[in-house]
Amino acid sequence: MSYRTPLSNVKGLGTANEGSEHFWRQRITGVANLILSVFVVFAAFQLAGESHSTVKQFFANPLYVSLAIAFVLSTTYHMRLGMQVVIEDYVHNEGSKILLLILNTFFTAFVALAGVVSLLKLSFGA
Amino acid sequence: MGENKLRAARPLSPHLQIYSPMLTMMMSIVHRLTGVGLYFGILIFAWWLMAAASGPEYFNFVNDLLGSTLGLIVLVLCTWAFFHHMCGGIRHFIWDFGKGFGLDTVELMAKIGVVTPIILTALVWFFICQAG
Repeated sequence: MSYRTPLSNVKGLGTANEGSEHFWRQRITGVANLILSVFVVFAAFQLAGESHSTVKQFFANPLYVSLAIAFVLSTTYHMRLGMQVVIEDYVHNEGSKILLLILNTFFTAFVALAGVVSLLKLSFGA
Repeated sequence: MGENKLRAARPLSPHLQIYSPMLTMMMSIVHRLTGVGLYFGILIFAWWLMAAASGPEYFNFVNDLLGSTLGLIVLVLCTWAFFHHMCGGIRHFIWDFGKGFGLDTVELMAKIGVVTPIILTALVWFFICQAG
């Protein structure tokens, strides 16, 4: 028998009130990373060791810069979710855990910002 | 104090040192390690992008650094970690569909997961070296 109320069954959010959201986002960003990795390998072939003007020209292409930004956003979100689980698994002191979870958000958000701003600047050609 | 004594007397769940290492277990650990590695490794990618955005002079400096022996070793390791984590992720997607839980299949997927990233890394760097 189930002790869950009909409402909690319908909501399906469990005790943490988050349901399977974390799991689901991890998978969705994982699928996105997998698809975008094809572009990343392509870009690596085009750009590895190339000159600044080649790199700039490459990202002047709207399709390429969009895919690159999508990759930056998807990976940094995936990173945040993954590191969150690692912290929750190994850090049991409540204070340290919360501090590290906040740093995790700051770090991944900064990498995302730095990547997107750089790509946009490259693309629009400053 | 009493609480501490009680805690010490409790049996612990089996931990890492008790199991003999198995391939599937190693793959799980390496999946997490490569994930954490890439978490910091992406800083190289972001640094390269910021360098490109800040102009040719600094970009050349970073490009030369990444093209040095040490730089290339780090980049090859990152490439391997990237593909290893990717293959591990694909394994997880298969499991998410409720498939591939048989012992033979799990073992086979683990073996594929060891070999494929090495081949992919070698291929990528072979083509990069060919071009450059």
